[in-house]
Amino acid sequence: MDKKRVVVAMSGGVDSSVAAALLTQQGYNVIGMMLRLWNEPCKEASNRCCTPYAMAQAKRVASILNIPFYVLDAQIPFYNSVVKYFLQSYLNGNTPNPCLICNREIRWGYLLNHALAIGADYIATGHYVRNEKNNQGQFILKKGLDSNKDQSYVLYVLNQTQLSHSLFPLGQYLKTEVRQLARDFNLPVADKEESQDLCFLADEDYRSFILRNACVEIKPGIIVNSQNKLLGQHNGLPFYTIGQRKGLNISSESPYYVIKKDVQNNVLIAGKTEERASKSLFIENMNWISGTPSLTSSNIKVMVRYRSKAKPCTIQEINSTKLRIDLLETINDVAPGQAAVLYQDDICLGGGIIT
Amino acid sequence: MDETKIYFDYAATTPTDQRVIQSMLPYFYENFGNPSSIHLYGQKAENAIDESREKIANLLNCSPEEIIFTSCGSESDNLAIRGVAFAERKSRQANHILISSVEHHAVSQTSLQLAKEFGFELEFIPVDHYGMIDPDNVKKLIRRDTALVSVIFANNEIGTINPISEIGKICKQYGVPFHTDAVQAAAHLQIDVNSLNVDLLSIGAHKFYGPKGVGLLYRRKGIKMLPTQTGGSQEFGYRAGTHNVPYIVGMATAYAYAQDRPDNRNSRLSTFRDQLISGILEEIDGSELTGHPALRLPNHASFVFKGVDGNKLLMLLDMEGFACSSGSACKTGDPHPSDVLLAIGFSPEGALGSLRVTLGAYTEKNHIEQFLKILPDQIKKVRQMYG
Repeated sequence: MDKKRVVVAMSGGVDSSVAAALLTQQGYNVIGMMLRLWNEPCKEASNRCCTPYAMAQAKRVASILNIPFYVLDAQIPFYNSVVKYFLQSYLNGNTPNPCLICNREIRWGYLLNHALAIGADYIATGHYVRNEKNNQGQFILKKGLDSNKDQSYVLYVLNQTQLSHSLFPLGQYLKTEVRQLARDFNLPVADKEESQDLCFLADEDYRSFILRNACVEIKPGIIVNSQNKLLGQHNGLPFYTIGQRKGLNISSESPYYVIKKDVQNNVLIAGKTEERASKSLFIENMNWISGTPSLTSSNIKVMVRYRSKAKPCTIQEINSTKLRIDLLETINDVAPGQAAVLYQDDICLGGGIIT
Repeated sequence: MDETKIYFDYAATTPTDQRVIQSMLPYFYENFGNPSSIHLYGQKAENAIDESREKIANLLNCSPEEIIFTSCGSESDNLAIRGVAFAERKSRQANHILISSVEHHAVSQTSLQLAKEFGFELEFIPVDHYGMIDPDNVKKLIRRDTALVSVIFANNEIGTINPISEIGKICKQYGVPFHTDAVQAAAHLQIDVNSLNVDLLSIGAHKFYGPKGVGLLYRRKGIKMLPTQTGGSQEFGYRAGTHNVPYIVGMATAYAYAQDRPDNRNSRLSTFRDQLISGILEEIDGSELTGHPALRLPNHASFVFKGVDGNKLLMLLDMEGFACSSGSACKTGDPHPSDVLLAIGFSPEGALGSLRVTLGAYTEKNHIEQFLKILPDQIKKVRQMYG
């Protein structure tokens, strides 16, 4: 029988490099592919991803593993789906997580389609998650074994079809083990730093990015408290995030935090620390990874931002895409636009966008 | 060569002929001398260079002193364009450079730099939809103060062969040096610098089963040219640097084979080529041949496909075991439409859908048949992915 063909999304970093190496070792027919994502004109070299340096690294790794390597141009679809969403979401007063859109539209959309077209059975990434098939033949997305590195939060957007074509070779490993594997495989990326920020921000603050790229005027306005009492001035709503304390310039004995944005009236609402807590939240665009709602599940926990601790909750369906989530203990700084992702033990059930 | 795959990119480069490799081997260790040295080691190496130069000069119908060895075709183009432009400006205040709009980047980028950084006036000779230059247009545009004219002999992207001899005649009437980039042509066409009426001609060895990293510039005696790489007095003072002896020997061996009765090989290749062209045009909707249908390199077939991303097509074909090329080929995922395809009238979007299939010594009839069998499906796939 022919070897199964898998396209590995390579970034030049240690995780995707080791993923490619493991799959090669496991006997897959591996093809390395790097996505050429969008960068601001003339900021190519300072972009977080697909810089000439990252590309050279990925190419080196592919050459060491003796696998073919291609760069797939995704500049236009990335701009149209991810960057536009990022900007629009901020302008709407939300705090977006563009990686979610990228995973759904670019990695498990554009790249997966391309991989299938070139006859691949799977795509693989260096995410720390596990993809398992249960007795009913369903694919289950589980947290990575390394709880510090778990990335299931950004993959709750996947469905059964996408998971049936996905391999996550790092799900069973700890990050320290992955670095060791990189050394064992003689990959020149073992000690590379983690990438942190959004890939297209070019080492800069998201605020200046919005200023340059949003095609609408961003207006200053007033800051009030929840009793509508004037506290100060803001420079434009997109420049503030929920929970932000610094930069509000409000003189007070105890600090104020951003608790809400009123986009319609261009007003920023600030409050004292006790006003940051949420007891319940609503989410929309709910995606159940299994394809069907699991409302009766017990022991459900919710994660409201990437790399935060999942908190116990109960859920209630409003309609097929909207849920109400009631928290057993309060969470501070819940930001509309971020994802709320549901877990049962280490299984990622799905999630939606906080409204 | 990897026998499990089919190589269709001979215009990019060719495998080095085993006989060529054999001819090179003695000059790495046994006769390793520096041709510039006085002693016997040096003399042996110098003899090898002289013999190679004579061999090539005979084939080009010129004298050995008119051959300047370089490191590649691009270097030859650079030396010719830059060297002659500066010499002509110095000797007769000629400040006008005339090149076709479908030149290889080695010519066009060099000329653009001369215009941008050094104040030369650069003008482009228009081409027709086949990428062919009409000599009448050269006549219209050439001036007394033209420093040089450069027209590509056979186009690397679209295969069209230009009427070099007629263009050369016009340049001669005006006393303007005429350069041609013959890098693609040299692998297939017999080159006689006199009947071609050229003053300067560039060649690179790896296009005709020679090694990479060696080329030459023919420079007609009397043509003024400033060296662009200065230092020692190698190559009559036109190109400093220790001779790459084994590679020069290899180029001479390879060129002799390339120029030895090319007609038989060419008729074999052009039969394959025509089979490929008619097969593709008949089987695939929205396909168009680029370049001239008849006056083209015997091994060269190039197309554009409507609604196709050429880079993606290349990946798919590679997966299927066929190594091809595209005018916008770009390994960094940032494709730009080819200047040549834009010059012959394609839209930027249309130009991204190009495919170049170039054949060579190891191409077999069944390769063409296999390719024609799989291509329609691959095109269909890329078109579906396009949306």
